[in-house]
Amino acid sequence: MDQMKNFTKGFFKDNPVFVMLLGMCPTLATTSSAINGLGMGIATTFVLTMANIVISLIKNLVPDKVRIPIFIVVVASFVTIVDLVMAGYAPALHAQLGIFIPLIVVNCIVLGRAEAFASRNNVFSSMIDGLGMGLGFAMALTLLGSVREMLGNYSLFGHKFIQTDGILVFILSPGAFIALGFLIALINKVTKKV
Amino acid sequence: MEYIIMIISAVLVSNIVLANFLGICPFLGVSGKITTASGMAGAVLFVMAVASIVTWMIQQYILTPFGLGFLQTIAFILVIAALVQVVEIILKKVSPPLYQALGVFLPLITTNCAILGVALLITQKEYNLIEGTIYAIGNALGFALALIIFAGIREHLELMEVPKGMRGMPIALVVAGILSLAFMGFANLV
Repeated sequence: MDQMKNFTKGFFKDNPVFVMLLGMCPTLATTSSAINGLGMGIATTFVLTMANIVISLIKNLVPDKVRIPIFIVVVASFVTIVDLVMAGYAPALHAQLGIFIPLIVVNCIVLGRAEAFASRNNVFSSMIDGLGMGLGFAMALTLLGSVREMLGNYSLFGHKFIQTDGILVFILSPGAFIALGFLIALINKVTKKV
Repeated sequence: MEYIIMIISAVLVSNIVLANFLGICPFLGVSGKITTASGMAGAVLFVMAVASIVTWMIQQYILTPFGLGFLQTIAFILVIAALVQVVEIILKKVSPPLYQALGVFLPLITTNCAILGVALLITQKEYNLIEGTIYAIGNALGFALALIIFAGIREHLELMEVPKGMRGMPIALVVAGILSLAFMGFANLV
């Protein structure tokens, strides 16, 4: 398969958030600012890439009937690594993201890619697929985080560009749903020309 | 009294779906019709209560005494996955009508982040067994309330003239946002 296409499909054509609508919990919960969205995106990218590599390595050793529990254990191990590393080196971000770090385990994107791609393809393609999908997810989260931060706090990555309070609702929970709804509508408009 | 406040707070004030963003996938996925939504809500209530009790015991009697706190994520997810399977088998034998109603939703529950999320929150908040169970039931009721209200709105939404680009998921998300805004009105209730 053309590796370049394999890599870029996660950004636009099969973007996990905007097109496939997977992994909605972290998407909505961790995007109150651009930096939180980016942090969550990078953590998920790491888990997705490593899990894809390991699963494609062990795919022939795993009996078909118990593959899902085994995949979950592999994913959970990498999530634990991310959790501990983040707690050690980025405690502020770790506190912000809270229980959504351990909840990467039940992010449907990770198990979805393991089942749909890594269990059928070789190690290199699986790695590229995981990296592309993860970065696509990170891009979507950063975009949504930027929009919410710009509207809700008039700032981007912590740099304030208008010195007043923003439209607070966009940082609170309702703003997450509304901002994502309009972003998906906009992307539908651009890509499908409705 | 304390327990009643706990339930009200979990259902209305910090609703698990609309304020804490747990269980969004089933919230958006199975909210097309009220009947399927109530089936899912029932299954979640059942599994969440049982899973919270079991994971609480595992944390208290296995992970903490042996200093295995770092295995929490792996242990909890495995227990929940196994538990869902066991519940499915038992329900099939013991109560076929209940299995008929909840059966199709059970496999979906393993990847419902609300279950693992509530189990993790209970350990984080250091509740005892009774508080933990009440908290889990309150959150499951909150999930049920949000899911059923949302399903009711979506049934009506199908008859509306929605602009083409907003049809389907975008309008559903905006409606969920407005619903979440309404629930913010309960903010100072407790």
